[in-house]
Amino acid sequence: MIPELIQTFLTLDLFPLLGAIFASLSCGLLGNFLVLRKQSLMGDAISHAVLPGLVLAFLITQDRSPIHMFIGAAVSALVTVILVEVIKRLGKVEPGAAMGVVFSVLFALGVFLLENANARGVDLDANCVLHGNLQILFWTTSPTEWSHFLSENIRSEVPRQIWTLLATTIAVIIFITVFFKELRIASFDAGIATVQGINAGVMHMALMTFVAIAAVASFEAVGSILVIAMLICPAATARLLTDRLITQILVSAIIALLTAIGGYALASWMGVNAAGMMASTAGAILVVVMIGSPSHGVIAKARNQRKLGNLVALEDILGALYRLAETEEHTTREQLIATLGSSKRTHKAIDRALTHKLIKVVNTQLQLTQTGLAQGAGIIRKHRQWEGYLVEQVGISPDHVHETAEQLEHLIDPDLPNQHTDPHGKPIPPKNS
Amino acid sequence: MSTTIRFPILDRLLFASPGPPGEVPNEVRRRGSSSACPSPSHINTISKTPSVCCADTSPGGPGEASLSTRTPPPAVYSPRSTLDARPEHSADSPVSIHAMTVAYARKPVLWDVDYDAPSNALIAIVGPNGAGKSTMIKACLGLIPRAAGTVEFWGQSYKQARSRIGYVPQRESVDWDFPVSALDVVCMGRYRKIGWCRPVTKFHKLAAMEALERVGMADFAKRQISQLSGGQQQRVFLARALTQEADLYFMDEPFAGVDAATERAIIDVLRELRTNGKTVIVVHHDLQTVPEYFDHVLLLNMRIVASGPVGEVFTADNLQKTYGGRLTLLAEAAEAVARAAKGN
Repeated sequence: MIPELIQTFLTLDLFPLLGAIFASLSCGLLGNFLVLRKQSLMGDAISHAVLPGLVLAFLITQDRSPIHMFIGAAVSALVTVILVEVIKRLGKVEPGAAMGVVFSVLFALGVFLLENANARGVDLDANCVLHGNLQILFWTTSPTEWSHFLSENIRSEVPRQIWTLLATTIAVIIFITVFFKELRIASFDAGIATVQGINAGVMHMALMTFVAIAAVASFEAVGSILVIAMLICPAATARLLTDRLITQILVSAIIALLTAIGGYALASWMGVNAAGMMASTAGAILVVVMIGSPSHGVIAKARNQRKLGNLVALEDILGALYRLAETEEHTTREQLIATLGSSKRTHKAIDRALTHKLIKVVNTQLQLTQTGLAQGAGIIRKHRQWEGYLVEQVGISPDHVHETAEQLEHLIDPDLPNQHTDPHGKPIPPKNS
Repeated sequence: MSTTIRFPILDRLLFASPGPPGEVPNEVRRRGSSSACPSPSHINTISKTPSVCCADTSPGGPGEASLSTRTPPPAVYSPRSTLDARPEHSADSPVSIHAMTVAYARKPVLWDVDYDAPSNALIAIVGPNGAGKSTMIKACLGLIPRAAGTVEFWGQSYKQARSRIGYVPQRESVDWDFPVSALDVVCMGRYRKIGWCRPVTKFHKLAAMEALERVGMADFAKRQISQLSGGQQQRVFLARALTQEADLYFMDEPFAGVDAATERAIIDVLRELRTNGKTVIVVHHDLQTVPEYFDHVLLLNMRIVASGPVGEVFTADNLQKTYGGRLTLLAEAAEAVARAAKGN
């Protein structure tokens, strides 16, 4: 006996959820290559442009059999890819503009045809084009006993859309697995791909064909909004989390899964359209990752900047004290802060230098310790070497180079040998002193 | 309507395929053997031989040392697919270019290029911006279509010979934010050896590591490519070409914008390749280093101005011809042809 709660789930939610998962996976996986090729909009274009194909197929055959719909959509998708190329070449516009023109015009044409068809009493719904009709995939005869799952006729009860989407997902996974290497090289460097005997143009057309298939298969169940979101969001999100293509693809699959399940759960809870909620979830995940990604996120970047800022403040202190030490001068904390500019960062940097025993206080005067002296010498060495390089090699006049050297000394070690004095005649500390 | 207008002479010059051997003009035939040529004849300039420009065709001289004692081309030529009836081309040359014209959108950028690369040499292609240097390489490799002409490698077509040909594209030609590591990129040089749909095995990764080591980049194998400096990226590209284990390399501006260490590393690799009997054709922009780095030079400005050993060809006079703007009329002609073809 299946508990009532699970039975309700089986009846109302199982197939819509499966449909969402398969659609998200197939689009999400292919999206990786679209995003990397900077052709994300192509998914958008194809998923919109299939509409006139669907309507025309219906108007010609006068029935909604899936095979006719599929052929109509596939032909439209192909026409889109070709039209984009043609407009790009003849119209001399950038690819994005070409795609934008093609899909908006074709979509409008589709809506126009749809309204005409509606006028003739045909039940094609423009709304369903946008968000699909996941909710109609309920399981009227869902089993009441667990053992029913083993029975023969259960297969015939699974809706056709689910089978189509399952087949598409498997095909996409096989395509990406088998041709991973070829897709990667063709996306990265078309010239080398061709030299290596892998025709980048053929790979491009193969990829577009699969995008068209996935878009068309997903279209009916989840609508164009989710198709577009899934072609872009999981891949873009995954890109922010990893620097390896193979990991990116796996992560994008996980994100697609999370989006489908999370979005569906939220939609059920809030009683709103599932596809729309999933697309919003995909966007929300992207935003969260954009902010929080450990390597590419806004927070991580701000943290790196702060770290660099702290390092610069510390190095400036060591450098200033080293310069004073050269002439055997000393300074108090207050004087040093006054010269370096009073900021919270400087105060903190001095405290840090004290705790790390890079500087010490002798009779209210700040002095470098042995380690501090070595580090300060390293910084001044870089600074004066940069000044020397900028004057001698770049040809900047000696009174212009200090500011530039002041910044470069923190970022990169010129490591020029055989220099003993800088352009201002000051000695360059030897290496590792 | 205007696209149907034909310009018989220009069309023959730009878009016709090379005619049958019987129609070859006399000047083209003149290189039956080297003894028939006066001694400096392997150097050609526009002013001397306007109709054709066939470079040095001597086989296998090991670099500069043999320049003075070059052997004449062999009397018997191995079977050739299309250039066999053309005695000015040598079957031993790693690349023979005959009457190659290339046009972008009907605008000619390379006019009637004839060239035979000597084997086992470092060859620089030098010329001003827009001279068609990269175009020449890409057209040889079939990356862009040729409007006319034939290119052969050791007497074979590109298809037959392409496993022996390596290519280093310009660094700017790819998206360096692409999520691949340096090692991944180098492994791409072995995709032909690996074959379709097969994964990159450990054996190939080891070979790629070896190539990275040769350019001094072994420590950076795992780095994502955007985290490498420009010079390091260039060395990764070089390693990718090395791992192809080719006999002929085309390199598009490998020295552009690289640091001193990279320049050193690249030139060491180039010399090592020459020692191993390879031929390297390099698009080069730094005139100062041409005599130091290269054995042969090809001065290009929409067509070959001169080609041959650096010592003989790399002269102020020839450079003046290449950079001096005498060919501006040719550039204007190209513009005019393009405008006419487009109907503007």
